[in-house]
Amino acid sequence: MNYLKNMNKTTRSNMVTYLMVIVAFVIVQGMIATGSISSSLKGQLVPICAYVVMAISLNLTVGILGELSLGHAGFMSAGAFSGVVAAQCFSQNIDNPVIVLILAMIVGGIVAAIVGVLVGVPVLRLSGDYLAIVTLAFGEIIKGIVMNLYVGLDAAGLHFCMIKNTLEMDGGKMLINGPMGLIGVPRIATFVMGFVLVMVCLFVIFNLVNSKSGRAIMALRDNKIAAQSVGINVTSYKLMAFVISAAMAGMAGVLFATNFSTVVASKFDINTSILVLVFVVLGGLGSMRGSIIAATVLTVLPEMLREFSEYRMLVYAIVLIVMMIATNNATVKNALDGFARKFSFKKKSEKGENANG
Amino acid sequence: MKMKKVIATAMVGFMAMGMLAGCGGGGAKDDAATAIKVGGTGPLTGGAAIYGLAVQRGAEIAVEEVNALGGVQFEFKMEDDAHDAEKAVNAYNALKDWGMQISLGSVTSTPGTATAAENDNDRIFALTPSASATTVTEGHDNVFQMCFADPNQGSASAQYIADQQLATKVGVIYKNDDVYSSGIYETFATRANELGLNIVSTTTFTTDSQNDFTVQLQDAKNAGADLLFLPMYYDAASLILSQANDMGYAPKFFGVDGMDGILTMEGFNAELAEGVMLLTPFSADADDERTKAFVAKYQELHGEVPNQFAADAYDCIYALYQACENAGATADMTAEELNDLMMKEFTSMTFDGLTGTGATWTAEGQVNKAPKGMVIQNGVYVGM
Repeated sequence: MNYLKNMNKTTRSNMVTYLMVIVAFVIVQGMIATGSISSSLKGQLVPICAYVVMAISLNLTVGILGELSLGHAGFMSAGAFSGVVAAQCFSQNIDNPVIVLILAMIVGGIVAAIVGVLVGVPVLRLSGDYLAIVTLAFGEIIKGIVMNLYVGLDAAGLHFCMIKNTLEMDGGKMLINGPMGLIGVPRIATFVMGFVLVMVCLFVIFNLVNSKSGRAIMALRDNKIAAQSVGINVTSYKLMAFVISAAMAGMAGVLFATNFSTVVASKFDINTSILVLVFVVLGGLGSMRGSIIAATVLTVLPEMLREFSEYRMLVYAIVLIVMMIATNNATVKNALDGFARKFSFKKKSEKGENANG
Repeated sequence: MKMKKVIATAMVGFMAMGMLAGCGGGGAKDDAATAIKVGGTGPLTGGAAIYGLAVQRGAEIAVEEVNALGGVQFEFKMEDDAHDAEKAVNAYNALKDWGMQISLGSVTSTPGTATAAENDNDRIFALTPSASATTVTEGHDNVFQMCFADPNQGSASAQYIADQQLATKVGVIYKNDDVYSSGIYETFATRANELGLNIVSTTTFTTDSQNDFTVQLQDAKNAGADLLFLPMYYDAASLILSQANDMGYAPKFFGVDGMDGILTMEGFNAELAEGVMLLTPFSADADDERTKAFVAKYQELHGEVPNQFAADAYDCIYALYQACENAGATADMTAEELNDLMMKEFTSMTFDGLTGTGATWTAEGQVNKAPKGMVIQNGVYVGM
């Protein structure tokens, strides 16, 4: 306990976040082991992990770096498509699905990072609205490219072509079939791997934020001119955050894609980018824990509302608005704070400082 | 920070509650063993909702009729997938929690491909009314189709145009970011080539550019195409028809089963669809007793003429009924037992339905039945 008290505030907060993820994981694993989990929730575990990683990685760009990106799904797409192609190639030689998935994630992450650099170098010289517009366009470009991409695999290796399917293959199979997207994806994603990915990404982000680079990135967010005046290299630090964020989105894409037997490029459109942005904004800019909770709740919520049948999306919108108002309302915040204080002080002493609450 | 802790606690509680609620749903399976639970996913909201709703309504009518016949009883439930693979898997899992024993797969192709993998994995038999892509049945021994597979539609259309000598110069406009449309186009082009049909103009569009077709129409017009093949859904086709009309370009139009629904589309002048030909297995104006009764019932309940999707769904339920009766299936069987029985029945039985008589299925799950050529006259489909 003393150790906990002596830790600085950030470390303690980070530990709580790790703990929260671990506890949620253990609870769910327990439920799977005892068979008391519904198929509906079980089917959503991997997508939840993917969305959580998307949310925390976008939070790095939006919350920590302070730049609005509307093309995050583009990185997810780049990672998903390259990762699945890699997984198909690897699985010819490697039997262990876990190793295949890890390798695929690495490939997906690297490809997304490369795309991140390509986009980031010219784009990060912009800021604010302009950056948002260009990232939005980038997301559409990725979608357009992937939609016209044909990739096949046969004994001779990989075959690529664009726009029209002119592949001359000797048997083999199609991996990416233009607008039909990924076909016959090996379904190797598991909840455990999703959990590991979430933990790794959290670890990277927390350590980045607490490092010299992280402080430079946040200085850029808070006051660019002041940061420049003390010799912080704007482009390189911006690029660093942006590329790390892209790589994580790519890995989330691989996790997401390998959970379904088919994925189409149009899945990763502006709507998905906005959805992830909603997770970040609702969870609180810069708050990783908030992003995790928001991503989980908002992914599970539409499924829980199935009993409303056709009014489902209506109810979803209302819940979203209520949540947004409630989390930003001073009265509600005070009430919650007061409740929390009351709750935690009661344990220590009954005297209470209720007057404050 | 404290507040966040509270939220986190509440959140865990929320999740736990959700899980418990889920268990309640799963446990109910054993109680209601009087009817076989049939579930399907489809777009009940969003752009493709017309198909999901048609399937839901068609299936509901059939279930009511079948249950009145006695013998095997069905209970039917449809969940919304908004034409998205991820949501379709969620919807499928929700149906599994409900206790689904036989599946109607998904209504549209991309979600259908995703749920087919789940069906295969869970050994729950699926008979999809309208997910027509080959990827739906490929590699899955327990997923069957009630509709034609896309390649069959493409080659059958080319065959029909050549046999009836409908055109000398053919123009094609297709949607290249759509599985259905590009799938049909590819086989159409191959078959047309074999049959010596002269394709003079091939143009494409995507979801983002389906508001303006003047370029594509101008291309076809300049090339002198006297028949325009439109393998697409009716929403885009309706625009093509009206823009061609504005340009004063009047070739013959030839569609596929996605064209079905154009007459009931809101805000579309049905007169423009006069003379449009389409290849579809179902016509609402057929004069056999069963079609008449179905159309009358559908109109009474929903105030519109049923399209081919509704008829396919209606046939699905009857086909399942026939198979269950033949195999002696009962409601207390598990999904896996039913799966084995259904697989055996569907590969051996012959089925007569609204969408074709003497239908049989291959072991790959594709249906064999004869398509009918239809032409729109005075606002209704008439057999050619």
